[in-house]
Amino acid sequence: MAAKPPGGVRAAALGVSSGADISGKGRRALPQEPHPAASLPPSPQGGGEHRETVLRLQGITKRFGALVANDSISLDLARGEIVALLGENGAGKTTLMNILFGHYVADEGGVEAFGRPLPPGDPRAALDAGIGMVHQHFTLAENMTVLENIALGTQALWRPRLDRAAARARIAKLSADFGLAAEPDAPVASLSVGERQRVEILKALYRDAKILILDEPTAVLTPSESEALFRTLKLLVGQGLSIIFISHKLNEVTAVSDRVLVLRGGKLAGERPTAATSRAELAALMVGQDVALPPIVDVPYGGRILVLDEVSTGGKSSGAPLDRAALTLRGGEIFGLAGVSGNGQAALAALLSGSEPSTAGDILLDGEKHRPWSTREALDLGIGRIPEDRHAVGTIGDMTVAENLIAESYRSERFSRRGFLDWGAARTFAREIIADYDVKCPSPDTRIRLLSGGNMQKLILGRALDPEPRIVVANQPTRGLDVGAVAYVHAKLIEARGRGAAVLLISEDLEEIVALSDRVAVIFKGRISAPSKRGERSVRELGELMAGHGLEAAA
Amino acid sequence: MRLEPKPAPSLAATLLYPVGAVVATLGFAALLVLAAGASPLSVFTLVARGAAGSQFALVETLTRATPLIFTGLAIAVAFRAKLWNIGAEAQLYAGAVVTVVLGTGLLPWPSLLLIPVIMIAAMLAGALLLLGPALLKTRFGVDEVVTTLLLNFIMLLFVSMLLEGVLKDPTGLGWPQSQKVIAEAQLPRIIQGKRLHYGFVIALAAAVAVWVVMKKTALGYEMRAVGHNPEAARFAGIPVNRVLMKTALLSGGLAALAGFSEVAGLKGNLTLDLSPGYGYSGIVVAMLAMLNPLGVIASAIFVAGIFVGADAMSRSAGVPSYIADVMVATALLTMVVAILLTRFRVRWR
Repeated sequence: MAAKPPGGVRAAALGVSSGADISGKGRRALPQEPHPAASLPPSPQGGGEHRETVLRLQGITKRFGALVANDSISLDLARGEIVALLGENGAGKTTLMNILFGHYVADEGGVEAFGRPLPPGDPRAALDAGIGMVHQHFTLAENMTVLENIALGTQALWRPRLDRAAARARIAKLSADFGLAAEPDAPVASLSVGERQRVEILKALYRDAKILILDEPTAVLTPSESEALFRTLKLLVGQGLSIIFISHKLNEVTAVSDRVLVLRGGKLAGERPTAATSRAELAALMVGQDVALPPIVDVPYGGRILVLDEVSTGGKSSGAPLDRAALTLRGGEIFGLAGVSGNGQAALAALLSGSEPSTAGDILLDGEKHRPWSTREALDLGIGRIPEDRHAVGTIGDMTVAENLIAESYRSERFSRRGFLDWGAARTFAREIIADYDVKCPSPDTRIRLLSGGNMQKLILGRALDPEPRIVVANQPTRGLDVGAVAYVHAKLIEARGRGAAVLLISEDLEEIVALSDRVAVIFKGRISAPSKRGERSVRELGELMAGHGLEAAA
Repeated sequence: MRLEPKPAPSLAATLLYPVGAVVATLGFAALLVLAAGASPLSVFTLVARGAAGSQFALVETLTRATPLIFTGLAIAVAFRAKLWNIGAEAQLYAGAVVTVVLGTGLLPWPSLLLIPVIMIAAMLAGALLLLGPALLKTRFGVDEVVTTLLLNFIMLLFVSMLLEGVLKDPTGLGWPQSQKVIAEAQLPRIIQGKRLHYGFVIALAAAVAVWVVMKKTALGYEMRAVGHNPEAARFAGIPVNRVLMKTALLSGGLAALAGFSEVAGLKGNLTLDLSPGYGYSGIVVAMLAMLNPLGVIASAIFVAGIFVGADAMSRSAGVPSYIADVMVATALLTMVVAILLTRFRVRWR
């Protein structure tokens, strides 16, 4: 057991190999960091010293019908250790954590915290045992202050008033001890995403959590916020806490953890000390095969298909509205739009998809002014859309694969005659898409909600790309997908580009943007920066634009 | 106790859920019968015999099922698109009013022309009545459960006003009832001398037609898509609001046919007790059928059988016929639970 936390090695991994990371000088420029000068804490324990096991999951097996979500998984967490739980979507990470938290009851196996068994199926017991969870989607009351959110639910019901002074003192001490800056009286609604996450962590600490579980904690953070989070986590384990870090991002896992457990298909695929493994090895463990990005060959630039000139929107979509945004999409290119979520990506995607009109500015299609279009018109104009949320917007879960695939084209001659649908033609089409897009699904009549996220996304890709659209709007097309499915989505986008389509790739994953895009721009508070060609801006420069620095100068 | 999601059940299993709901309902009713001091077995036997034990009983059950098929279809169509039409009762009366207005001599035409015209006019009236709540829902987000439910009371008061005023039968000895429709406006009886009329045949045809619309047409596809996930439907280019309008028109029209068929086929005139809550029972019928138009036929006959059988039973067993209302209401609750169980598994710990 030589799983010592080698700070130096970690820092190296953080700085060099991780593409989505801003290190070094970038730090000073970013004001939202709690302690700009905070350095990594000293290693809490010497190497080789036997460490107390705080949490033990033993032989956990959980079945849902024929599906084995967890197949006899064991996990030990030592005091002062960060264990990363790595796996594709559907690998069983969430099920395992739900069992730990008593939301599900395991069919076999048990959980022990601090040497004592946890009664199965009792969420309260996990909390009382000192296990805290920070969910990917925060559970904060927006209209209440930080202090109220943290203290909420910790006080006995018969106490009529919140003891604010005591709560304030405690929060101040926790903030100071762990470097989690938080203004107790600020309303949560006014906080940035990174700050909200700190509040979530404070909330868990306030409840005396000794074991912290973070579920995809960086999904909504800028690279610099992520890095600040990682340093906080190091501080926490330095003070004797233990952390389980759930992720499917390899660079984060290698940057922050001491030990990595890889889940694949509900089984433990491997366990490695972080210092003794590589990202390539972890990726192979995760998918069970090697994956590589398809080569991007140069294709001739097409004309300007779509131009947005000082376009604003009215705020119908979530997040910031577009604010005099400028954008030019050309044929045969992938245009990458980076940015932290909520900065107007939804509005831009909605505008191009036909779900939200513009309120000002000009939209030019093939050089001619065009009024904002409806969703139906967008399809007629040859715009293929891959929506951000494939469950809520992209698919109709309780309808079949075939029914979902014809949703955009059921009125065409191919599928309907005089108001009657030709289900034979729809099924034939569905079989074609299933075969062409390598979808794993038993039949066109399967309900789409039974498919995995990756297969769902392949069907959405098939629906959007089969008519060979001239413009492809892909909003977060790979979010939450496993490595294999991500590679597939990328290949299809590159294929559309090769066909001469203009592909707009909206993503929060800088690595993805940088790898795929011919030109890159950053969206911040509804403004779109001037684009840069492949390789013109470094990841760090893009990261600073994402944080809102120097956008005005650039734009 | 907790709920865990589970994979979709097989078709055979799906068919078992309504059966289970009915069995649970009977079990609950048995307790009430025991409380009333009678033997459940003999009471259920009496109900069954009263509902289907003789030609008379069977004819009576099918007659009672006719308006329930119409209202059940109306609800099934609307609920499929998640348009919560609780106002089938009002739409039924709208159809009945139109039937009386046009059918009491205003249009002196032969049956073959007059009956289709009245049917269409009645459907239009019911459709328009639901269009208002649907518009309020799509335009202003007003909850259609509230508006359609309240329209039931408005409509009943309106009918009451008509029956005390312009539609009052001058020869009716002061009762609040309308004149009888003329012979040309009446639906003929299927068997001479029995109460079962061609409204039942129209109801069966309507069920098949609605089934075809839901399964085979673009409109049915749109309605199901909007019902399952309006946001995804809108994103895919389905005109959600227009689909909801069409759904409202279809649903209101079907419910109005219940009023038409009761007046033109059975009662002959309009009274305030034309419908003993067919509009509400239609909800149970539709739910028991799991919103399947062809299933509506079976569940309407079943629900009608309970009502008819309970009437017969109460005459001989001395258990109040209200047991039928309790059973139908219980059937709705057990069916809602059964539908929940098609998607979730209950874990006891």
